[in-house]
Formats: sequence, C-alpha cells, structure tokens
Amino acid sequence: MKIKAISRSVSAQQPPGTDTVKQPRNLDSAIHPFERAREYKRALNAVKLERMHAAPFVGQLGRGHVDGVYSIAKDPNSLERFSSGSGDGVVKVWDLATREEIWHATAHENIVKGLEWTRDQKLLTCAADRSIKLFDPYNLPSESAPISSWLGAGAFTSLSHHRSRNAFAAASSVISIYDLERHTAAPEVLHWPTSTDIITNVAFNYVETSVLASCSNDRSIVIYDLRTSTPVTKSVLTFACNRIAWSPMEAFNFAAASEDHNVYLFDMRKIDRARNVLKGHVAAVMDVEFSPTGEELVTASWDRTVRLWERDRGHSRDVYHTKRMQRVMSAKWTPDAKYVLSGSDDGNVRIWRANASQRQGIKSARHRQALEYNDALIKRFGHMPEINRIKRHRHLPKVIKKAGEIKNEELKSIKRREENERKHSSKQFQARKSEREKMVLAREK
Amino acid sequence: MGAETAVARPPTARKSDAIVTKERRTDIATRAEREKARRIREANQAYGRGKQINTKQIKDKKLRRNLKELENKYQNAALKAKDAEILLENESGFLEAEGELERTYKVRQDEIVANVAVETAKKRFELNLDQLGPYLCDYSRNGRELLLGGRKGHVATMDWREGKLGCEIQLGETIRDVKWLHNNQFFAVAQKKYVYIYDRNGVELHCLRKHSEVTHMEFLPYHFLLATMNTGGVLKYQDTSTGQVVAEIPSRLGPPCSLTHNPYNAIIHAGHQNGTVTLWSPNSAEPVVKLLAHRGPVRSIAVDREGRYMVSAGQDAKMAVWDIRMFKEVNTYSTYTPASSVAISDTGLTAVGWGTSTTIWKGLFNKNAATQERVTHPYMKWGREGKTVERVRWCPYEDVLGISHDKGFSSIIIPGAGEANFDAFEANPFETNKQRQETEVRGLLNKLSPEMIALDPNFIGNIDLRSDAQRKAEKDLDAKPTDIAEEIRNRARGKNGALKKYLRKQRKRNIIDEKRMRVDELWKEQQKKNDKKRQEVEEDLGPALSRFAKKE
Repeated sequence: MKIKAISRSVSAQQPPGTDTVKQPRNLDSAIHPFERAREYKRALNAVKLERMHAAPFVGQLGRGHVDGVYSIAKDPNSLERFSSGSGDGVVKVWDLATREEIWHATAHENIVKGLEWTRDQKLLTCAADRSIKLFDPYNLPSESAPISSWLGAGAFTSLSHHRSRNAFAAASSVISIYDLERHTAAPEVLHWPTSTDIITNVAFNYVETSVLASCSNDRSIVIYDLRTSTPVTKSVLTFACNRIAWSPMEAFNFAAASEDHNVYLFDMRKIDRARNVLKGHVAAVMDVEFSPTGEELVTASWDRTVRLWERDRGHSRDVYHTKRMQRVMSAKWTPDAKYVLSGSDDGNVRIWRANASQRQGIKSARHRQALEYNDALIKRFGHMPEINRIKRHRHLPKVIKKAGEIKNEELKSIKRREENERKHSSKQFQARKSEREKMVLAREK
Repeated sequence: MGAETAVARPPTARKSDAIVTKERRTDIATRAEREKARRIREANQAYGRGKQINTKQIKDKKLRRNLKELENKYQNAALKAKDAEILLENESGFLEAEGELERTYKVRQDEIVANVAVETAKKRFELNLDQLGPYLCDYSRNGRELLLGGRKGHVATMDWREGKLGCEIQLGETIRDVKWLHNNQFFAVAQKKYVYIYDRNGVELHCLRKHSEVTHMEFLPYHFLLATMNTGGVLKYQDTSTGQVVAEIPSRLGPPCSLTHNPYNAIIHAGHQNGTVTLWSPNSAEPVVKLLAHRGPVRSIAVDREGRYMVSAGQDAKMAVWDIRMFKEVNTYSTYTPASSVAISDTGLTAVGWGTSTTIWKGLFNKNAATQERVTHPYMKWGREGKTVERVRWCPYEDVLGISHDKGFSSIIIPGAGEANFDAFEANPFETNKQRQETEVRGLLNKLSPEMIALDPNFIGNIDLRSDAQRKAEKDLDAKPTDIAEEIRNRARGKNGALKKYLRKQRKRNIIDEKRMRVDELWKEQQKKNDKKRQEVEEDLGPALSRFAKKE
C-alpha cells in the first residue's frame, strides 16, 4: 500500500522570526468561481471610487485680480511661472508652486487683450490703447516701467510669439510681425487682401514655425505663411471664432473656439471641413488650448464652465464649475499637463486638476498597482450600462442643465423644420451636409 | 481495384533484431515547435477560457486587431498560470494498492493512521456524544472550524485541528440544521420554530422570524445569501449582510428532503418527495430546471465544485450521477440501503453515507473524459460500528471526511480528497485575525447581487444578441399573445416537406400544451390525407401491383 496524505505545517505558513505571512496562490479557475461577475462588481466599485474621489478644484492663485481675468500666458521656459492680465489693465505674474503673486504692474488703461512671454523670459502685453509693452518681471520690481514699448496703428487684440525666432505677431485689423532684435524697425504686415475687420486672435504654429493662423470678426479663419509673407487660405464660418489653438504635436491641426458654442478641429490643409466637432458648451467658447501631449483640449466658456475634451471624442470628458466662477475668459494647461488654469470674470485665477480623481505625490507600489487595476477594470466593463452611467455622470448647475435642455429642444426643432422642408421641396434631391461641414460657408484661396 | 491498391502500397519495413531501424519523422514541425504547441495545449486545457475567436474572418480592421490583442492576452494569461504551477507547494495525497491482491477499500483507518505523518494522523479522531444525537456537522469555508449540532439541542463549535472548543450551547429544542456563514464568526441554526444566528461565542445575535420551521439551510458565500427551505416547501433567501429577505419562493412540492447549492453558479438544488430535483435561482418564481432523479424521495444531493456533475441519492436505494450541463444521467449505482447523505470533495471523491457505513467513491465522473466509465469498486469504506450516519461532509483543503452520526462525530482520513494548494485570497486555512478581517471587508465590497445568479454565471458582460425589435417585444407586457394557429400556419408555410419537418420537430417536444395539440391534429390530418392518397393509387394499380405503390 502506497499512501500519502496532505500535511501542511503551521510553521511553514509563517516562518519563525518573521511577521510576514505567506499568501500562496492557486490560479486554478475551479477555486475562483464567479470570475466574471466578481470582476464586474470590482469594476463597479472602481468606477464609484473614481467618482467619489473626483475633486477637480485645487485652489486659486493669490487673491486674484480686481477685475475679470481676460488673458493668461505661461512662460515656456518654466514650469511654474504664469502671468495673467485683467480688465483694469493690471498684469500679474504668479508662482504656481506657492500659488502666490510675485510681480504685478499696471500695464494698460483697459483690458489686457494679449499676453505673451518672450524666449528670454520677458513679458509682452497689448491692449486697445494701441500699445504693446515689454516688461521684465524676473529682474525688475513690481510696478516698474516697461523696458520698451511699441505704438501701433490700431487697437491690439492678441499676441503670439514665434516658437524659435525672437519675433512676435500682434493682431489689430492687420497682423504685424515685430522683430524683438530690431526695436525700431517697422513691423512686417500681413493681411487678407479684402478683409478689413478686426482680427480677434492670432496664433503661431508650434511645429511649422512660420505658419500662423488668425480669426477675425468677419467670421473668417485665415492661414498665413511668413516665408512668402502672404495669406495662404481663408475659410468663412457661420459664426465668428474667439480663439485659435495649434496642436503642439501635429503640425497641421488646430482648434477654433467658436461663438456657436462648439469647438472645431481643423486640418490646415483642408479647412473646408472640420476633423472633429466638440459639442457640449451652452454658450460661446472663449478660449481653447491643446494639452502639451496634443491628446486633449481644455475650453473656457461664457456659460461659466471649463470643459476638458479628448481630441477624438465628440463630447467632453469632464466639466468643471464652481458656484462663484463667472464667465470664463481663458483657460490654460500647465506645461506638465497635470493641472489646468482658468481665468474668469470674477477676477480669480483657479487651478484645476486635469484628471479630477487623480492625486499627485508619491504612491506606494501597491497603491499604484491598485489604481492601474481599477483603470483596466473600468475600461474592460465600460460598455456595461450601469458602469457607463456612473462614469459619465457629472453634476451641472441647474441653469446650465436647463440651458442645455432648451438648446437641445431648439436644435431638434430646427432639424425637424429642415427635414419637413426637404420633404416638400427640391431640397430632397440634394445631399445632406455633414455636421463637420455645416459651419463652413465659403473657402477662398 | 482492390488488387491494384494492394500492389501500389510500398512494402512495409519488417522489424528485425539484426538491423537497427530509426523511426522517421513524418511531420514538418520541428521539435521546438511541437514542444511549444504542447505547452499551449496543456495550458489551455488547465487554464483556458474556452474556444478562441477566429480573428481571420473578421473584416473590420480595428475590431480584428482589438480581438487579436485580447486573444493574445488570454493566451498569455493561461501560459503564465501554467508556468506558475511550479510555485505550488503541496501535492495532493493518494492511496494506491500494491500487488494484485490488495484493494484500497480494504484499508482500515488504523492502518492509515499508522502509516501517515504524525501531524496528519492527529486528524483522525472520534467524538462520543451519544446523549443528544443524531448529530449534524458543517465545516467553515476554510476548513478550520467545525460546527456540530445535535438533534436534541446541543450546538458546539471547535477548532478541530487544535482540538479547541469554541463554544458549546444547549438550546433545549429541536435542531434541524446548522450552517457556518461566511467565516468562523457567525453560524446559523435552524431550530424548532425559527432560524437563529449566533456568533462564535454562542451569543444569540438574530432570530430570523421570517424563516419558520426550516429544515434545510444553505449559505452562498459570494452573495452573502442564506437560503432556507421549510416544511411548507418555501424557499427563502436572506441577505446576511443587510438582513433583507431577497426572495421568497414557494416550491409547491411539499416539504423538501434535501438541499444543496452549486458552488459554480450559486443555484440551489432541492430534492423532493416525489423524486424530482428542482433548481432555483432567486430571480424566478418557477424552478429554473426540474428533473426526475429517483423513484421515491431524493434523500441527498451533492454538486461538484466546478458545477459539472451532481450526485443524488434516493429512497429507491440508488445513487445517480448527473451531468448538470446537459441534465443527463451519467450512471446509476445501487446503495444497499437508502443513502442518508452524499458529499463531493474538491478532487471529486464522493462520500456516501448509508445505514451505519460510509463508502467513498473515486472517479464517478471525470471532467476530461469524453465518456464516463462505470466504477466497479469503491475507493474506501468506513463504518459497520453501529453508528447510524446522519451526514457526511468533506473538510475543505484537507484529506479529511467528517461523519456525524447518532453517537457523535468521526473524522476519518481519506488520502487524496482535499485540494492540496489553497489560494490565500479565497479561503485560507491558516489565516490570521487580521487576514480574516480583511477578507471579510473585501468579500462585502465584492458582494455579488442576487440578480447575478443564473445557470450561466458568466452571462454578465455578454452582448445581447437579440435584435432591438425583439427586445422591445419581450419587454412589452401588454402585447397580444401570439395566435398559435397563425404561428403554425406561418412556420409551416411552403412545400409539403417544410410542414412535415416543422410538425415532426414540434412533436418531439415533451410538453403537452395547446400548441402541441394543434400540431398533433394537423399531423393526424396529414397522415389521413396520405393514407387516402395511397389507397387511391393502390386501387389504380390493382391487387397484384398494389404492393409497388410508392410509400410516403
């Protein structure tokens, strides 16, 4: 007779002199019943936990401004220096680490429209008083006079610095390219031959550095090339745009924040059709910016919310709002893509987490592993209705929710009317226009 | 033709001792490739998750890539799980006969005790409790603690490995069933009138007044559900974490004779007086499945841990093995007297307690075999000591069988019964207090809802393949019932063959309802028509040739 019976010693489970207890695993599926049901349950817990830990608001910078914040600019050579310009012409420079003001000056008499850092860490400001001023916040004390200034022909609305050259573009009714190395030289002037309206925004491309785009009050988006000093192409939309932002990763993609509540992503080679339409805001979009990775966007809107978007999704990933935040005029990513800054009409500059439930700081390996596991679970079961519902749910202020409902109703009724018209007129023989082409009225070359 | 092929065949090599012949390799795969294929095959057999999706047929590129990635992930997981087998610490026990004359069922317990390790030999013990019996027993989920309940009101818990008594209470009323809850902290006792929950010190925590005159109890550890069945045949599910009664289902089959649960899908199996076994889930008022298992009351049922086989024992002195994926009987065996209790161990050993003895069977079912063989001899035997067996229970993760009888309790050693390698994250026989607390919290967080109980436990996350219209139609309760005559007309439209096929199929159903009656009518009509036609033809052909008439 051959015989053997299971014999485990207690001491083998916890070797003498140690606190650690062995936790043996056996991966046989027979002793892990309800595998999928338990995984689903864990996914449900994970998504609930994620929403529970969602606390997007971090705080505000210093004591803010007296008037609304109309522009924010980040120093491209620093992770922590930001400047903001307000409606009363005051410009402040902030330190993100301490969240304190480190420099301020009264630059203009009214709204600081444009704000930009130069490569040598000086600050450019412009306003409707036809002047552009250059400050040195790193070296000079607060309220010091500008190092130099330029006087233009018209009121300036926007500034954009060249990626590598020491030059910047300023928008009025034309685009003037100033060379910082030759102060006294007259600026190079770019404009679309037939356009006379005020250009509201200008932006240099980050990759193709001599390309720049502008949007103006005549509802057009124009793309210029500095190498030939000519405008290249123009597209007229149904509504004016407030802001243009280039993708830092893909040379040809840019986003346009429109007055019609949407953000349009365009390919500059083909601007008669949007690559994507980001819908969700219920009022004009005032500012848009690509994240440093080019995967996500942040928008600021007149409807008092900040929204975060994934580049290739149509709806926003998250909506940020607080009770006291008024019309949001500007929003910017921090260079590490972990936070978002927003400047609003109430004069505060707010810091938000880019990922509402994520926390910074060092995590233990187990914690990190658990978070990764939870993410994987949510992704795996994201299509389940219960999980999807919890994942997508965001509380919105009543006003905005109501506005969204009304807007939906209106859009539906417009659509219904159009469809009825189609049915009983010659329009029925025309192809329907896609949502990505609808807003383009004309394109000129 | 045959001769030609015979000639064409090459002359076969004749084996001779003089010439060393090397077998030629005929397949193209190299040794490494074959080795790899074998490894994948073995891993899939042990840890695979079923058939792979054939990604080559998918036209959508994105979907194809995603699915391919997913399949690779599953494959890697199976291979890694297979590789991790070298980390398993223990091997399961065995008892093998040496020589032709030796039989394993003749080996007595004292011989086993003499031949196994000292630590293991201690697991064989007897408890003489002849005053308040017959006794019922239950092991906690990790097999560390034992709960004993005497019919006349004696309840005791003990850490049986250390021989330490946990608590001992004298209830002074009839005890019909005892059951540990999710860990060794709580247990439920079905007493004369109500079910009570006690903590490990024997302090009464709850009296479940909704469960009156309960005869059988089962606990579903992943759902935290206590399922009870009373003398009225009402099945009740109570959530032990929230205290809510989740479902109350009258079985309408009288007092039950046996109750057990399928550890694979948490379906309750109840055996009844009329020989049926019914399968219940809290989500349906009707039994999910009803099968006729015995001619006479079903005395005991057991289900294997992977939910593939069920063993039932009936008053007809038969023990039947069922495949509960197909609900087909695999084999029947006779027990000399009606068995009182059946239990299946983690490794698939089946213990049957009948009369004063217990028989342990090995290989009644084998999940890897295509056809199940009939076993001729039991694996081991115990008993004939005048102790009428009340209940047999396998101790999880140990080679131990607990037998409670009218004279107390016997713990006997059955080598090869227990799962050798436990998983500390499921049930840990060596858990510390801290671990137990953590497991409890985790278990409650991951508590499955009762809605998830179904015959297929993995239904969640599957895609609903019904069309939208169909789904809506099924939801619509106000919809008119389908007209049976209309349905038959529609289905049996077409040529004669279609009707015939449809009728034949419908007639195979073993349920007599309105539809079936209609179908039968139609069938008879058709037969009559055929007969008539044939008679006409026969008359035409005349008496001599009528036998050549075409038969339908």
